[in-house]
Amino acid sequence: MWELLELYAAFFRIGGMTFGGGLTMLPMLKHEIVEKKGWAEEEELLDYYAVGQCTPGIIAVNVATFIGYKRRGIIGGVFSTLGMISPSLIIVSILAMFLEQFMSNQYVAHAVGGIKVVVCALMLNTLVSMAKKTIKGKLTAAVCIIGFLVSMFTPVPRVLIVILAGCTGIVLYKMGRFKA
Amino acid sequence: MSVFFHLFIEFFQIGLFAVGGGPATIPFLMDLPSRYDWYQVSDVANMLAVSESTPGPIGINMATYAGYNAAGFPGGIAATLSLVLPSIIVIVIIAGILDKFSKSMYIKSSFALIRPVVTGLIGTAVYGIFNTALFTDANGEFHIPVTLLLICIGFYALMCNKKLKKLHPFFWIVAGACMGLVMKL
Repeated sequence: MWELLELYAAFFRIGGMTFGGGLTMLPMLKHEIVEKKGWAEEEELLDYYAVGQCTPGIIAVNVATFIGYKRRGIIGGVFSTLGMISPSLIIVSILAMFLEQFMSNQYVAHAVGGIKVVVCALMLNTLVSMAKKTIKGKLTAAVCIIGFLVSMFTPVPRVLIVILAGCTGIVLYKMGRFKA
Repeated sequence: MSVFFHLFIEFFQIGLFAVGGGPATIPFLMDLPSRYDWYQVSDVANMLAVSESTPGPIGINMATYAGYNAAGFPGGIAATLSLVLPSIIVIVIIAGILDKFSKSMYIKSSFALIRPVVTGLIGTAVYGIFNTALFTDANGEFHIPVTLLLICIGFYALMCNKKLKKLHPFFWIVAGACMGLVMKL
């Protein structure tokens, strides 16, 4: 039980102290998990990161689940994940409550208008860096454009678009046309 | 009760199909307003602003906010737990066969195409967010040229200036808020 609480507390600290998510969390994870607790080797952590990016869901949560699972099985994975998401649940809920009440205020509304502009720039930046990471050649470029066009102009569910892309990859591999 | 059931179904699906972490959840979150009245597409930009400027994984913050809009504090918990449940299930399944999983050609070849298609989906989401940010301000007036120019400047700064690139997203959010107040965006 003690170790489960320790897992929860460690990931609570990590979740509550890193901004930006994803890769910005790596130094914090390294400090807390590898150096302080000795729960994993650095190389192991990087492996979890690599696999955490190829499994569905939030990368930070995937890494937390891996480490918790390795320590204490399924229940360990659950406690680590709960620790990771608890700060978000508390902070974001409070902020959401606050914003709801103050959005009618002119100043708050102007500030949010300015923040929206920044969010657009940040999103565009995310899009470009994702494109650089995921588009490698004509095939992947075509898939990206098709995904964009289909999600933009047709009501095809996005989940289905993701499934179809995955199936296409497997079919191309089976046909021997595709070397991953 | 039914709102929690729908939150569970939707966010479980998002958790299962959002490959690539936080940003990959955005296209799905922008799709929800067409089926539920939890929030509007134009709210997604606000949600992103809050998620970028608070600690924690962005995808988790977004889910909490979306769930909160749908059903208050319990809604936030329901959405977030539903989002992480697929991760836990998938990882418990593959943890024992980690090597086999990461070397499997089936996994490699399907993910090789899933990743770029998700980038395409994010492209649509970015368009949607631009649309809501460009076409209305606090008074419901249009400021297209001004806003577009500001976005371009911000993007250029993020992409091309190494010092600015390393700045904390929180700094950008604060700068944006000040700019909004001064320019009455």
